[in-house]
Amino acid sequence: MADFAQTLMTALAIGSLYALIALGYTMVYGILKFINFAHSDIVVLGAWVSYTLANKILPMLGLNPHNPETPPPLWVGALILLSAMVACGLLGFVIERLAYKPLRRAPRLNVLITAIGVSLLLQNVGQLNYVFGASPQKMPALLPNIDLLRISLPSGDGYRDVVIGLVDVMIFATSAVLMLVLEYLVFRTKLGTAMRAVSFSTDNASLMGIPVDRVVSFTFVLGSSLAAAAGFLYVMKYPGLNQPAHSIWVLLGLKAFVAAVIGGIGNVRGAVLGGFVIAFVEQFGAFYISSNYRDVYVFALLIIILLVRPTGLLGSPVREKV
Amino acid sequence: MHCRPSVSGHRFLGFGSFLPMLMLVALFGLTIPGCPSGGSNANEIVIGHFGSMSGSEATFGQSTDNGIKLAIEELNAAGGINGKKVRLITYDDKGDAREAGTAVTRLVTSDKVTAVLGEVASGLSLAGAPICQENGVPMISPSSTNPKVTKIGDMIFRVCFIDPFQGSVCAKFARSEELNASKAAILTDQASPYSVGLQEEFEKAFVELGGTITTKQTYQGGDQDFSAQLTGIRGSEPDVIFIPGYYTDVGNIALQARKLGIQTPMLGGDGWDSSKLGEVAGKALDGCFYSNHYSHEDPNPRVQDYIKKYSAKYKGTPDGLAALGYDAARILFEAMKRSKSLSGADIAAELAKTKDFDGVTGKISIDKDRNAVKPAVMLEMKNGKPAFVSTIQPDK
Repeated sequence: MADFAQTLMTALAIGSLYALIALGYTMVYGILKFINFAHSDIVVLGAWVSYTLANKILPMLGLNPHNPETPPPLWVGALILLSAMVACGLLGFVIERLAYKPLRRAPRLNVLITAIGVSLLLQNVGQLNYVFGASPQKMPALLPNIDLLRISLPSGDGYRDVVIGLVDVMIFATSAVLMLVLEYLVFRTKLGTAMRAVSFSTDNASLMGIPVDRVVSFTFVLGSSLAAAAGFLYVMKYPGLNQPAHSIWVLLGLKAFVAAVIGGIGNVRGAVLGGFVIAFVEQFGAFYISSNYRDVYVFALLIIILLVRPTGLLGSPVREKV
Repeated sequence: MHCRPSVSGHRFLGFGSFLPMLMLVALFGLTIPGCPSGGSNANEIVIGHFGSMSGSEATFGQSTDNGIKLAIEELNAAGGINGKKVRLITYDDKGDAREAGTAVTRLVTSDKVTAVLGEVASGLSLAGAPICQENGVPMISPSSTNPKVTKIGDMIFRVCFIDPFQGSVCAKFARSEELNASKAAILTDQASPYSVGLQEEFEKAFVELGGTITTKQTYQGGDQDFSAQLTGIRGSEPDVIFIPGYYTDVGNIALQARKLGIQTPMLGGDGWDSSKLGEVAGKALDGCFYSNHYSHEDPNPRVQDYIKKYSAKYKGTPDGLAALGYDAARILFEAMKRSKSLSGADIAAELAKTKDFDGVTGKISIDKDRNAVKPAVMLEMKNGKPAFVSTIQPDK
């Protein structure tokens, strides 16, 4: 019982991270029909920008960034989150303008390979000593290290604690807010309608007077800032920050991409659903079956979904994409 | 008919393909570092070192490199090897097996080094060793403990103990009065030959000594979330958790374990040995133990003398890997001095004869399998720093 509840809590926190990243993959695919491989590197960048900012801002407030006992006031975390989102949003804009826009009418494969190139470029530049360096770092604590809830539940032949940390709740809450904002943007605003129109047919949308380039740019800014938020929340939960080119980041991006495919790529709500589904499969599989195959569960699920429902859980042949 | 090239096609070739190409050029510029002046002249001997100077295990490579440089400085000040000065070329493998292969190939084929020192991580030594063996260049791993490393061939040596010994040291310690553990849980890095090898040896020895293994969990180096594994371990109620991993992961594991309310002591091997361990884990590891090659608290004058020299050159106290790098380089120089020529085969033959070498990490003899036979020490984490507990001698 206690172990079940604990695993559930972890899965919810990790699921919201996967969902945030998956949204970026799915939005770009919906509009441009290509997989933006550089997306996971924006997550990395969001994490490292947060780290750099935290190490600049905390000393200004007279706090020692290496002392987890003295977390800064909450607005500092919010400020860093927003700055990282803006920085990565800008970068997403620049990448789209410089690398993808010139290839708008080129074969799909060219764009795909360019995306891999951009991804490698970001990884290797991030690894340079005067950028972020190739050593792991420890993210300063921006939230007080407190447990919101610690209850004892029966488990096996005794009682064990279920711990819900403030960090987990913050991750879940921040992701939920961001996803609701996105939902509103896409389905309730003029811009969102334009995005859906471009996704439906780029040519027809442009004939109707929709500024396609501006809509595409906006999509990239939106996806990249969500990725930055995911990067920020990720280092809040896991303060041991891996170097930008570490293979673990690629795996994180890959899982988020799987989440997007499982939910039905191109479908915003599907991406969120997919994120939680794979987090549950991963965490419960690791706990109840074996941790040896933690990544296997995720990719096995992908294969099954592709066989049984190739368009994904929420995808339909005529789907409403973004 | 005369075909005209389409105008719009040209426009794309103009700017569209320029930027991706520029990025590719930039990429290659980054991955091919500037070539140093390779080759050796008659008055110097060039040796190579490949190590993780950056990456998750960066302190491994940096410490080892510091140790080697200190040994070279002393040697050159004392006149070098039969009048020849020694020069070191170090390449960073970033803790990546492919990069390690590239680095060693470059050392051996392009820089034509006389001998190679490296790596710390067994997985990376296993990547570099076949290249040295093939080219007949002697290689000494300062601190790879997986038995397979020296089995690659007769050119490959090491100056540290091996996992069957380290595993039994940890198992004995777990069963001793100090910990008095009868139930152990294990958390292994399944992608690392070091971790898997040490886990197997620990498990064997622990069960032989009458202990039981409650659960075996795995992770992959670099993983950030260990909740599923730790929840499983918590449920199996062990007396001790054995974690044969590298320091970055161990630090993260300890933090998450304490958060889950696991107060069980943890136990590990020399992969924990880094000043960064305490930095990452803080006090989460207090009361945990690991086996190592040496302790800086060892009162032996040989050790204290080395620490004095090391701290004078670099800031801070040397860790076990710095000591092993120093010992590996000195053993290599001794063999080179004795050797009748500087050919790989002659140096390897002399290395194999090393006996009772008075190293910082203990008396070192190379056995017939080209492994070192020597004692281990047990360290306890106190306030985020390792403190000496005991020395454990190898079985004679």
